[in-house]
Amino acid sequence: MQFMLLFSRQGKLRLQKWYVPLSDKERKKISRDLVQTILARKPKMCSFLEWRDLKIVYKRYASLYFCCAVEDQDNELITLEIIHRYVELLDKYFGSVCELDIIFNFEKAYFILDEFLLGGEAQETSKKNVLKAIEQADLLQEVRLHTDP
Amino acid sequence: MPAVSKGDGMRGLAVFISDIRNCKSKEAEIKRINKELANIRSKFKGDKALDGYSKKKYVCKLLFIFLLGHDIDFGHMEAVNLLSSNKYTEKQIGYLFISVLVNSNSELIRLINNAIKNDLSSRNPTFMCLALHCIANVGSREMAEAFAGEIPRILVAGDTMDSVKQSAALCLLRLYKASPDLVLMGEWTSRVVHLLNDQHMGVVTAAISLITCLSSKNPDEFKTCVSLAVSRLSRIVSSASTDLQDYTYYFVPAPWLSCKLLRLLQCYPPPEDGAVKGRLVECLETILNKAQEPPKSKKVQHSNAKNAILFEAISLIIHYDSEPNLLVRACNQLGQFLQHRETNLRYLALESMCTLASSEFSHEAVKTHIETVINALKTERDVSVRQRAADLLYAMCDRSNAKQIVAEMLSYLETADYSIREEMVLKVAILAEKYAVDYSWYVDTILNLIRIAGDYVSEEVWYRVIQIVINRDDVQGYAAKTVFEALQAPACHENMVKVGGYILGEFGNLIAGDPRSSPLVQFNLLHSKFHLCSVPTRALLLSAYIKFINLFPETKATIQEVLRSDSQIRNSDVELQQRAVEYLKLSSIASTDVLATVLEEMPPFPERESSILAKLKKKKGPGAVSVELEDGKERGELNGGGDRGGDAAIAASNASTPSPSADLLGLRSAAPVSGAAPSAGSLLVDVFSEAGPAAASAGVNDDGFLRFVCKNNGVLFENQLLQIGIKSEYRQNLGRMYLFYGNKTSVQFVSFSTTVSCPGELQSQLNVQTKTVEPLVEGGAQVQQVINIECLTDFVDAPLLNIKFRYGGALQNISLKLPVTINKFFQPTEMAAADFFQRWKQLSQPQQEAQKIFKASHGMDTEVLKAKLLGLGTALLENVDPNPENYVCAGVIQTKAQQVGCLLRLEPNAQAQVRTRARAHTQMYMHTHTQMYMHIHTQSPSVLLCAALIASLTAVCVFLCAAANQAWRAGNTQLALFSLALFLSHSPPLSFTPFFHFLIHFSPHIDSTLSH
Repeated sequence: MQFMLLFSRQGKLRLQKWYVPLSDKERKKISRDLVQTILARKPKMCSFLEWRDLKIVYKRYASLYFCCAVEDQDNELITLEIIHRYVELLDKYFGSVCELDIIFNFEKAYFILDEFLLGGEAQETSKKNVLKAIEQADLLQEVRLHTDP
Repeated sequence: MPAVSKGDGMRGLAVFISDIRNCKSKEAEIKRINKELANIRSKFKGDKALDGYSKKKYVCKLLFIFLLGHDIDFGHMEAVNLLSSNKYTEKQIGYLFISVLVNSNSELIRLINNAIKNDLSSRNPTFMCLALHCIANVGSREMAEAFAGEIPRILVAGDTMDSVKQSAALCLLRLYKASPDLVLMGEWTSRVVHLLNDQHMGVVTAAISLITCLSSKNPDEFKTCVSLAVSRLSRIVSSASTDLQDYTYYFVPAPWLSCKLLRLLQCYPPPEDGAVKGRLVECLETILNKAQEPPKSKKVQHSNAKNAILFEAISLIIHYDSEPNLLVRACNQLGQFLQHRETNLRYLALESMCTLASSEFSHEAVKTHIETVINALKTERDVSVRQRAADLLYAMCDRSNAKQIVAEMLSYLETADYSIREEMVLKVAILAEKYAVDYSWYVDTILNLIRIAGDYVSEEVWYRVIQIVINRDDVQGYAAKTVFEALQAPACHENMVKVGGYILGEFGNLIAGDPRSSPLVQFNLLHSKFHLCSVPTRALLLSAYIKFINLFPETKATIQEVLRSDSQIRNSDVELQQRAVEYLKLSSIASTDVLATVLEEMPPFPERESSILAKLKKKKGPGAVSVELEDGKERGELNGGGDRGGDAAIAASNASTPSPSADLLGLRSAAPVSGAAPSAGSLLVDVFSEAGPAAASAGVNDDGFLRFVCKNNGVLFENQLLQIGIKSEYRQNLGRMYLFYGNKTSVQFVSFSTTVSCPGELQSQLNVQTKTVEPLVEGGAQVQQVINIECLTDFVDAPLLNIKFRYGGALQNISLKLPVTINKFFQPTEMAAADFFQRWKQLSQPQQEAQKIFKASHGMDTEVLKAKLLGLGTALLENVDPNPENYVCAGVIQTKAQQVGCLLRLEPNAQAQVRTRARAHTQMYMHTHTQMYMHIHTQSPSVLLCAALIASLTAVCVFLCAAANQAWRAGNTQLALFSLALFLSHSPPLSFTPFFHFLIHFSPHIDSTLSH
């Protein structure tokens, strides 16, 4: 996988994960163009499209679009299920996840993604194991008084 | 505020995010952000040391601001500080910041690497994973340098925790993709392969991605993975859906791992071991059988996971392309999907069937679905699905269904999406040509194309129809009639006018018998379109008019009138003006005979690959372009006769005996008919027949290698994507070569890698060392590679350079010969006449002499010859040979093992030179951008000069054509011809362009015209 983007129906990027080295400028351009392309598509259309030199797999969950760019030889259907598994992980962790959870806890969304996918490949596909790793990390945090302004 | 805030939520961060969300305008947002940035900056700069929590919170805010799309130029140091915190969450945020905002600041990289090193050696699995995630996320070369040695050890160590192994495997994969030269698996190979047997499914899932990538690059070293993969797959496929516990996904056992196993097997040919193969075929059959079973769940996730495995299995079956039974079953399965209610499945079935269509075993089975596919083309609501259907129709087309498919595609074209029209047009044009049984159908199809989608018909398409009409006399009359009818339409596309002008100009006479299409009617029809056309089309029409004067003398007065009008003869466009002036003069001065010769019908075009096909390949980002350069095997003649212990003599003597293979300074580039380079001559002879720069730009790759025998710098190779330049220097038996790879596209090349290999015994004759190149070549960028060469002993073959990269997803593979020839190690030797002849006589044994007699096909220019001989590396000895016409050279070939002295004599024969002249000037074809091609018969000195220059000059001139034009007007014929020659030799030959034959006789009349 080359990258994964999460964006809202209004086209606001909520999460971006890049697995290939690209400059900041290129990333911005790709996200802008791709978000536009996908938002212009109708609901019943196919989840796959050829976009520039990439194969795009995307799916909409409520107000959020999850979109992956994969290589030519990659399997589209299994990528679609990667997206679904990630949604399940977020859902389980946050307890019926919504867009706001991802906005306010963006760092958690990144941590969960890193446990599930690394370098663009599936690292651990078991839902239990991923969540176990995240819960363990949460346990490592000590309780703090919230004293900041 | 967030509904859930797990762990230790940072309240300050949440407040900030809320503030940003409440901003009503972009300006308000920027204001709020700037306020926050100022606050953070002052905190970081403040005297009071920040505690870890505050640091974490501010770093996290900076990250949030960056992810909103704003630039962040501080905070890196604070993030790095967090890395060494012993509180997990602080460390975690530090790593996240570094992963997202890598900075190439070398000072920081060192600090980051230090922190990572500490965590890797901490033996705390959670910290180790964090560090590995960071390396995998950044994947920079500096990190590869620091950790590529350590990570394989972590991966295979017996006491490593499973979760760490998983991270280590994928971390290594990322490093390998970015810097393959730094990741050396060597001793770890077999233990990595055995991870396929690991108890923990998660470890296998992660490791297999690494193994697949490594296998695709080094299939031999990893081939033991095949049997392991098959047995693992077999266990999964035959397991009950509950066996694998949490690795079962919606009743499908381990779908991700299954897909990856099937993917890994596609790196290899079918297993040779019968038992393994049997087991694998069984798996594939089981997968196909399961597709027919009723679903275990109505959820789309169930069917997606199941079908993902099915499609991957079908890919493997197609990859093997050896099991007819499985291929046909796969095809039937895809056939069912073609009518599935899920758009995704229809899309994938069309895509997958496209590859099945190219297998001989399943082509027929694919064809049975033609009606469904045509229906998809007509009714699918999603353009990407329609595109797949069009691709599949193209792939399944053959002689039996071509008419139906072309008709369907043509009718689809009328309503097709703009984005795919050009590609559709090319496809229709190719199918029409490839499967044309009768050419009238072909002509109809192309004219229809122009009518329906004229704007999308590229030059290549109409060039091609003209090539075909010119080459087949059975269709010419029909073409003239059809195009005449098509031009009757009140509004017709300019491309139609071009085809019409060209075809009527050539073959209008074939329909002139019919009073409805009499010469004058034809002319008036064409001329009625003239004013609506662009300059190039008008130029073409003018040429058609002069052809009319020859075909139909009765139109002469009318046409001359048109040419003479101010709008032509004083046209502000120099090309149009020149054509009008010249054609007018030609028609009024030349006799009918001369006119008939000059304006003769076009001769057939040489058969070559369809230019349209080339265009389509280019559009698609050409598939595997494999270029194998011509090799100069006859090199044996150069040094094969040499005695290894003593000196070898090479004598190339030019006697009057004609040899058909020799082509001394021949005009190979200028003769379109000899497009296929002759390979019969010896190396030396080929060197002397080196084509001019015009041929080089034409991409006649065969010349690439030979052109470097006598020179060290230049362009070795060029196609639409890549240009490879060479600079090289040699001293004694050592050489250094700089290769410059230029990306001509605007898209980056990824996985760019080059290898230089010495085939066969060359391995022991040359020592070649290369430095690796960066795997990424940005669009428009150039990368350099240094190659060091040591000549150990004499050699015949040349090292091979293999270049691989991905352009737009397609793997490009280019193989070239590196121009390292034995003469590069020549050291020039000066010697006196007596010395030379004494040595010459000593080398009298037959095996010490090599002689080649060849006919010069072009005037021999002393300076050019001298330059070539010097380029060969020898010293050119003046005043040595008693015969001043002869060239004498001497040099010593330096190898590590020995030094071989060589003497060379080139003995030109004056008579041959005369013959050369005669030959060079009776048959000289040149291509120009004005689509003319000249046929010169002359003995005039200026033309001779021209001819001599054509093949040899190297200056690059763009405005020479205009200069020639000027010179003509000024009456300086010699300068005009000189400029024209230069121009001709440097303009890219339009190999697919239909050329007008324009035969100019430099008879006295025309000479006077020109000086007029």
